[in-house]
Amino acid sequence: MSDYAYYPGCSLETAASPYDKSVREVFKALGINLHEIEDWNCCGATMYMSVNNTVAYSISARNLALAQKMGMDVCAPCSSCFTILQKTNRYIDWDPKEREKINQALAAANLVYDKPVAVRHPLDILVNEIGLDTIKAKVVNSLAGLKVAPYYGCQIVRPYGYFDDVDDPVTMNKLLQALGAEVTHYPGKVRCCGGMLMTTEENIALKLNLGLLQAAVDNGAEMIATACPLCQMNLEAYQNKINQAFGKNFNIPIVYFTHLVGVALGMSPAKMGLDKLLVSPDKLLARAKEVRV
Amino acid sequence: MIERIEPFPKSEAELRTAFWGQLGKFPEGDKIKTCLQCGTCSGTCPVSYAMDITPRQVVALFRAGRIEDILHSRTIWICASCYSCTVRCPVGIRVTDTLYALKRIAMSRKIYPAQFHVQTMSKAFIGNIYKYGRNYELGLVIRFFLKSNIVKLFTMAGFGMAMIRRGRLAILPSKIKRINEVQAIIKRASQLGEN
Ligand code: SF4
Ligand code: SF4
Ligand code: SF4
Ligand code: SF4
Repeated sequence: MSDYAYYPGCSLETAASPYDKSVREVFKALGINLHEIEDWNCCGATMYMSVNNTVAYSISARNLALAQKMGMDVCAPCSSCFTILQKTNRYIDWDPKEREKINQALAAANLVYDKPVAVRHPLDILVNEIGLDTIKAKVVNSLAGLKVAPYYGCQIVRPYGYFDDVDDPVTMNKLLQALGAEVTHYPGKVRCCGGMLMTTEENIALKLNLGLLQAAVDNGAEMIATACPLCQMNLEAYQNKINQAFGKNFNIPIVYFTHLVGVALGMSPAKMGLDKLLVSPDKLLARAKEVRV
Repeated sequence: MIERIEPFPKSEAELRTAFWGQLGKFPEGDKIKTCLQCGTCSGTCPVSYAMDITPRQVVALFRAGRIEDILHSRTIWICASCYSCTVRCPVGIRVTDTLYALKRIAMSRKIYPAQFHVQTMSKAFIGNIYKYGRNYELGLVIRFFLKSNIVKLFTMAGFGMAMIRRGRLAILPSKIKRINEVQAIIKRASQLGEN
């Protein structure tokens, strides 16, 4: 399939704009058309789940109903949105009563969701739809020698293991290797970064991120590749605080995996928002010699 | 002599009914009955060290008829939804969803741990979606710290500026066009989904 209903989610509009830009650029270069779902709303994250199931699934389903109208599967780059939309699909498929209620709620906005659309993460689409061979053939800047820790975080693989193993996923490893990068051993690959706890319970989250940064550095990584806006933010923006709190000296760039694909394919770093990171990924920027405009 | 089994006190009985109702809202919710008390969930949980009651103990307290104690704990609010416990539980108990079920009961009955603010965040977030249809990060964070920790608000200003300069933090909320649709859906869904 070469057309997807694109669900950026709130983070990609703001804090994760470099992710948004790089996903759009990379997909365009690979001949995949992303059509942003017109007037999409926040999927509700995990917050509405703690209040009311039916409301949580209904607002999430509004986006799916809009995608159904477009007749396309959904591409959702934020791991959190990805899981919420997946969960909505699964649980309304499991419970006919809930499905009925959700459709009654949607009817209040003249929408209907009766032909489920698949929800996919760009990592899955790149590797399993486009394929590593196609991507390899388009590499103009090999990332050979660049040492990258692949960080999957939690929600991209858990709880469903939709496209990879819940404990030891390899999709990103394979993709980065296809670009020539040296993928380091990374024991933190599916460990949690704490997500929203960074705001609500900072001490807990700082510790989790300390572990993740340390594991990357200890294994020789020069940067961490992420696939989720919240992980990126926690690992990147709190490095100073972690350094102060634990007497450390971290200064490691946290890029999105799509940035690595983009640079390898010869895309302009600025077009992918690589100049908007807080820790500049100099070693990656140095590879961007051949740039397509 | 057989000990007389005390029935659950009235409030507990009501909470149990509500909890069983919530357990029916996701697949295999009743598997909680088969918990082995093996502790795998607590062992794999990245934040259990900071919980006053571990995930395993949540199940134990539920069995012991002490749901109210669970609701007063910080545990359900500290859970980061990482789903490690869910994928590792040897008998397939959906621990994360079970904690969500407990959160819904806590929220609807306004039972929170003392001096604790995570639920403040949930409420602010929900308010944003109702008003704008999207999350409004800056507003969310400001509201949260006004309530919980004003000092921290000032210490975060520098970081906020760095993000604004990079175009990664919006000063104003973005609002969807057909917010009326979202509000209509939320209203109808809240009537339908008794909680
Ligand atoms: S999960 Fe986060 S990014 Fe995704 S739509 Fe919701 S608030 Fe926005
Ligand atoms: S790693 Fe962090 S941000 Fe990513 S899904 Fe897990 S908790 Fe959420
Ligand atoms: S892992 Fe499952 S069986 Fe073991 S204590 Fe936790 S919930 Fe019970
Ligand atoms: S989902 Fe919650 S309880 Fe389960 S392991 Fe993760 S943080 Fe712990």
